[in-house]
Amino acid sequence: MTDFLWLVIALPLAGAVLLHFLGRFVGEPRSGWLASLASTSAFVVALVAAWPFIQGGEHSTTVLLWEWMPAIGANLELLWDPLAALMVLVVTGVGSLIHFFAIGYMRGDDRFHRFFTSLNLFMASMLTLVLAGNYAMLFLGWELVGLSSYLLIGFWFTRPSAAAAAKKAFIVNRIGDFGFMIALMLVFTAFGTLSYAGIFERADEVLSVGMATAIGLLMLVGAAGKSAQVPLYVWLPDAMEGPTPVSALIHAATMVTAGVYLIARSGAIFEIAPIASTTVATVGAITALWAATIALAQRDIKKVLAYSTISQLGYMFLAVGAGAYVAGVFHLVTHALFKALLFLGAGSVIHAMSDEQDMHKMGGLLKKMPTTAITMGVGTLAIAGIPPLAGFWSKDEILGSAFADGGWFSALWIVGLVTVLITAFYMVRQWVLVFLGEPRWSQDTSPHESPRIMTIPLIILAGLSVVGGLLNTPFALALEHFLEPSFEYVTLQNPPEGLAMFAVLAGLSVMAGLIGGGLGYVAYNRPKERWLDFEDGFEPLWGTWEQAYWVDDLYGAAIVAPGKKAAEVAAFGIDLPIIDGAVNGVGAAVRRIGELARPLQTGYVRNYGVLFLGGTLVVVIWLVAGS
Amino acid sequence: MIVAAGYYMALAAALFVIGALGMLLRRNVLVMFMCIELMLNAVNLTLISAGRALNDLNGQVAVFFILVVAAAEVVVGLAIIVAIFRRRSTASIDELSDLRG
Repeated sequence: MTDFLWLVIALPLAGAVLLHFLGRFVGEPRSGWLASLASTSAFVVALVAAWPFIQGGEHSTTVLLWEWMPAIGANLELLWDPLAALMVLVVTGVGSLIHFFAIGYMRGDDRFHRFFTSLNLFMASMLTLVLAGNYAMLFLGWELVGLSSYLLIGFWFTRPSAAAAAKKAFIVNRIGDFGFMIALMLVFTAFGTLSYAGIFERADEVLSVGMATAIGLLMLVGAAGKSAQVPLYVWLPDAMEGPTPVSALIHAATMVTAGVYLIARSGAIFEIAPIASTTVATVGAITALWAATIALAQRDIKKVLAYSTISQLGYMFLAVGAGAYVAGVFHLVTHALFKALLFLGAGSVIHAMSDEQDMHKMGGLLKKMPTTAITMGVGTLAIAGIPPLAGFWSKDEILGSAFADGGWFSALWIVGLVTVLITAFYMVRQWVLVFLGEPRWSQDTSPHESPRIMTIPLIILAGLSVVGGLLNTPFALALEHFLEPSFEYVTLQNPPEGLAMFAVLAGLSVMAGLIGGGLGYVAYNRPKERWLDFEDGFEPLWGTWEQAYWVDDLYGAAIVAPGKKAAEVAAFGIDLPIIDGAVNGVGAAVRRIGELARPLQTGYVRNYGVLFLGGTLVVVIWLVAGS
Repeated sequence: MIVAAGYYMALAAALFVIGALGMLLRRNVLVMFMCIELMLNAVNLTLISAGRALNDLNGQVAVFFILVVAAAEVVVGLAIIVAIFRRRSTASIDELSDLRG
């Protein structure tokens, strides 16, 4: 079944190439359908190839496509194991739905076909990343998703803010990549190969604890950049400048989970380095709380979801750091479902409001766009952790695992529990602000439900958000069983055994979710003046949250400004006077010498003739006199 | 009657000086060109007379070669002068000073 596996990458790539060169002739909306077809067929191929895993009992295989640099174990090879299969199914499945949604969302855009070119390029890159059989190929995909993310954030590049956001995302990611590259060099130094097959089996005999810790921490730097963790998360909120389907696909469901995937894949290394794992979990917990508080006070509908994504990625880091790899990947999957749903819902709202994103100017949209409202409501409940929706099961497994780990992880568990409460609050706040209460939009906008091409993906995702959690409940650990072959080199951390413990822990987090959500409903289901007063009551905390703790200003003052200053010194202090000066000096000297010789060239032939004759005479006289 | 080679040499020198002065003093490009031809043939004359005086055929052989090459050179030179005249409608050398420094 793996003979055709290369098609999974090749199909979207072919779509991207085709649309790049011929997209203008394919036109709208056919280029969108073509891209969606490429993505959907990749999903079908992946499903067929994954079928043996789903049935159980199939071994992981490596498919060698091309020997690239065999000496360092860097070939184009695909590792087809349950983890890769799951990631591919999520990427192509959610990705295809978003492709279809985008056909409606991007209608009328001048560069419609170009959008789908980039979208397909992203799919191919992300699939390269998750299917890679070695770190070199993973890094290739890692950089390619960075590129396509850049292209898509800056899709509306004529807006200066979009161009700036794209640059910011790229540069911040480069900082993370720097750490990741050093990690890969260390891996190569230690193992002499970059191939997974040669690394994970031998990890515990080859790696010293110090080396494993160094590799783990440097990988964390890379993962924190790609997955928007503290302190490298600042690019993700700005990335909302891209079209909303992009935010849904790249900055919520797929690309940003690459860091989680990297750590889960490298579990065998983190297993040896408890310090690195604990750091991963701590960074995750801090990020979860940090971003959740910022999300509380955002006015922009997409910014709320952006910070919420950062916060949820924090949960995944907490899980993989605690050794609960399955829980982390599980949350990755459920989050991909409900966050894609929420983003697409937000896109539907923005579409209906003629590109208005300020929630203060929304309200009362429930009657105008019921499908969007209800599906987004499902997403809100799912992320708030209300059973039996998807978010409840995955989030609960993470919190349970952290609790079971004990010690320091108990503190992280409490942070996670508080975050559940805040998450429920800000999500309900968002839903109420958008869909309930008085209409606050201006007279000339007339909100309307989106076309079916947009609502059908919403309905499918809402359905999946309801049932997605059943993949892995404490009563039937289907996903854990499915993923077991991928985690044979690690000891999985699980929630405490027993139904009673489960009930207590789940009860606590459900209670936190209900309290948060209830407070959000009570606080915001009121006239505008009342909830504005409510927000003012939290000053100066609320302003700090709204300004995202002024982290951007801090980075601006501490890093960007000195960088600009250094560039200024180099440009106007060194380059201009010294380097340019030397070059111009040489030119000026030559010019001055030329100036001296210039009068000789009078342009009159007779002058040259006289000189010529005189010269000849001198030579003749010299010859005659000399002889 | 045999004339001494010295007279030929003197005639050649006189022709050469006339050519050189004409080259330096006249402004008409065509006349200057003829002056150059005069200088060239003065040199030819010295070669022939020296060859004859020394009883060496090489002098005459060299002149044959020079005559052939000179014919080609005249063609090129006249063509350039005609081309300049067509463009500028003048044959005065002082007008042609574009390469002044």
